[in-house]
Amino acid sequence: MADITPIFTMKGITKRYGGVVALREADLDVMPGRIHAVLGENGAGKSTLIKIMSGAVAPDEGEMTLDGQTVSFASPAAANAAGIVCVFQELSLIPDLSVADNIVISGPPTRGGLINRKAQRGIAEQALADAGASDIHPSALVKDLPLSRRQMVEIAKALARKPRVLILDEATSALTAADVQQVFSVIKRLRQQGTAIIYISHRMHEIAELADDCTVFRNGRKIATYKTGSKTDTEVVELMIGREYKNVFPPKGNSVRDGKVAIACNGLSWAGRLNNISLAIHPGEVIGLGGLDGQGQRELLLALFGVLRGVSGEITINGEPAAVKDPSQARLPAFGMALIPEDRKTEGLMLPMSIADNLCFAALDRISRNGIIDRRIADAKASEMIDLLQIKVASADLPVSSLSGGNQQKVVIAKWLMNAPRIVLLNDPTRGIDVGTKQEIYALLRKLADSGVAILFYSTDYDELIGCCDRVLVMYGGAVVRELEGDAITERALVSSALNIGEAAHA
Amino acid sequence: MSEWRYWYAENKSTLIAVLLFLFMFAIYASKHPAGFTPNVVQTAANKATLLAFVAMAQSLVIITAGIDLSVGMILVLANCLASWIVVGSAVETAAGIIAVLSGGALCGAVNGLIVIFGRLQPIVTTIATGAMFYGLALFLRPFPGGAVNETLADFMTGKAFGFFPMSFIALAAVVLAVWVPYSRSVIGRASYAAGSSEQAAYMSGMPVRMAKFTAYVLSGLLSAIGGLYLTFFSYTGEAAYASGNTYTLFSIAAVVLGGVSLMGGRGSAIGAIFGALAFRTIGDLLFVFDFDPLWQPLFQGVVLLFAVSISAFGLFRVRNKLEWF
Repeated sequence: MADITPIFTMKGITKRYGGVVALREADLDVMPGRIHAVLGENGAGKSTLIKIMSGAVAPDEGEMTLDGQTVSFASPAAANAAGIVCVFQELSLIPDLSVADNIVISGPPTRGGLINRKAQRGIAEQALADAGASDIHPSALVKDLPLSRRQMVEIAKALARKPRVLILDEATSALTAADVQQVFSVIKRLRQQGTAIIYISHRMHEIAELADDCTVFRNGRKIATYKTGSKTDTEVVELMIGREYKNVFPPKGNSVRDGKVAIACNGLSWAGRLNNISLAIHPGEVIGLGGLDGQGQRELLLALFGVLRGVSGEITINGEPAAVKDPSQARLPAFGMALIPEDRKTEGLMLPMSIADNLCFAALDRISRNGIIDRRIADAKASEMIDLLQIKVASADLPVSSLSGGNQQKVVIAKWLMNAPRIVLLNDPTRGIDVGTKQEIYALLRKLADSGVAILFYSTDYDELIGCCDRVLVMYGGAVVRELEGDAITERALVSSALNIGEAAHA
Repeated sequence: MSEWRYWYAENKSTLIAVLLFLFMFAIYASKHPAGFTPNVVQTAANKATLLAFVAMAQSLVIITAGIDLSVGMILVLANCLASWIVVGSAVETAAGIIAVLSGGALCGAVNGLIVIFGRLQPIVTTIATGAMFYGLALFLRPFPGGAVNETLADFMTGKAFGFFPMSFIALAAVVLAVWVPYSRSVIGRASYAAGSSEQAAYMSGMPVRMAKFTAYVLSGLLSAIGGLYLTFFSYTGEAAYASGNTYTLFSIAAVVLGGVSLMGGRGSAIGAIFGALAFRTIGDLLFVFDFDPLWQPLFQGVVLLFAVSISAFGLFRVRNKLEWF
């Protein structure tokens, strides 16, 4: 390895978003003709690293070199021109254009200033063949293709740019096993041709098969770089975790399951994204949903809350079969459900409206008489909630956008509590809020559970799942792959089952 | 055969607009007392061409997911300007036409610069600039008047070879000179990309800003062509506030009828032209069926609503209700 000079290096790269440090003094050397895997938990800084490499965001500090020359990229176009091409996890395809249009998008062949459609077709066919996806018709519109085909188009698009450094960010997550083998042989061929490849994946067996070198990130820092095969899976998981455990959680309840089930589902499936999920939650239980981001946790919560159409399987509430048609029905006393959404700014709050108005939205029928809102009841209820959750407000009439992130989140939670729900679904409620508020939210959840509310709680933070939950269901590929209970909820068990390498980590 | 399937998928919305127009025009022509004669076609063509130019202008901006509410006012301004300078000798007339068209393009450039660099909403920006353009028009023509090179005007609104409406030839020429090269250029493709998914377009390194700017400039230019045509029909210039607003609103209706998605990224200027022709025909249908003209706005509204709801059928396939909004 020492006799090859790196094609691309990063030194001391730091990136801050507001007060949050996403990446701290990260280094990376990328060698031509080698596959370099980057590993890390959710939020470890991998995606920031890639965004910096591919020119999507600029680093605050640090230096990048390409062929020994210092470089900086003002835009993705500049990075592409330098030969650094990224296959993004969130697809960068234009849905309303054809496959061929998309493949040549950044530099279509032209003749006399106009796009040469014939040449474009040829390039697209070649790129699709290179990617092993000749089954895709170059004239098909991208929006008409299923997700796995789109991902292949994305790979073909990257190949058509003749990259010198190819970054694959979770590029196989939506592919079928046969496609993955195709993509692997393409990647191996590129390696032979001297392309440097950066490969990001949560699938350990893919990394074992492909990568030459691995680098582990944690909390925005580079932790270690090693040759593939020099560490066991257990050691790798430990490198990925390795952070101190803070005791900010309230004591768990005694979680007696008294037979009566608050909400249960049986064989729940939806559009290939949820596969045969069965679960049961008793009153007073806090159930965690674990796993990597995007394994169907969000869809599961939406399905229970009646947002998705065409859900198959059975949902029962209080032992009765329930057909929840939409959120306005889910919140009715018969069902008594509440969903605290993931993105409070778009799905949880009407930002320009006042705090008091926001608090009342989910419970308008409780504060109105004959369709007219009773301001007195509304104000009383709102201030009751503000006291209960200790929301720090100067006045309830200020717009909710004037609050800090943590207090905004409290408003979202309070808004649903006003409805006195018996089943509370939470989608990563503590993302991006401060530790103090997190602690209050944990205490509140436990208090609700002790009063007999059933809680289903998705979190990307393993500490939370360990500290808050009586049971944790770990999801992978739209299915529940493991159920952990009590002392069995450990960080190691969570990470290894999230990666679906359950047995290896038991060693 | 499968090639045709993909071609159809790509051009479906435009084809529907063409069929809609043919259907309406067939009813119109079969019921018209004078029958399907060159004169019927010529009258219909002259009335429809104006709206077709403005609809084309509107479609270019809407494809980028913007909207241009100043198209009608640019048309009025171009009309007033043309009534001063598109007169005299052949050279003077030509210079006047160039000046009118440049003026329209300049108006579009102002819109584009404000939207792109001022980061203001297109809808508010173009309401404001539209009012400014109207102000200029009023300054040029406080009272209706002026003149135009009548030889040219009669030629442009007459019949070619004794039967084919000249205005359609002009329309086709503009399509060939503006739309065809634009739609096949990198900029044109970037404008679709910007409307379809601006983030993906940016991440793919496309010239998004240049595409939006070009769309607004061409929108101004095409509106000015519409204004020039209005002058050819009317022989005068008039700063007519109501007709400016009407053209703006009708241009949006025509664009939607023509299968251009208001969300951006879908449709074509060709579709918008046929949308404009269809929209004009709706109004004329009442006339040949001997309805009271008072019914026209109501009837036009109902047909428009019906045509637009066709495009909402896609919602039946959406499986996550959050995607409805």
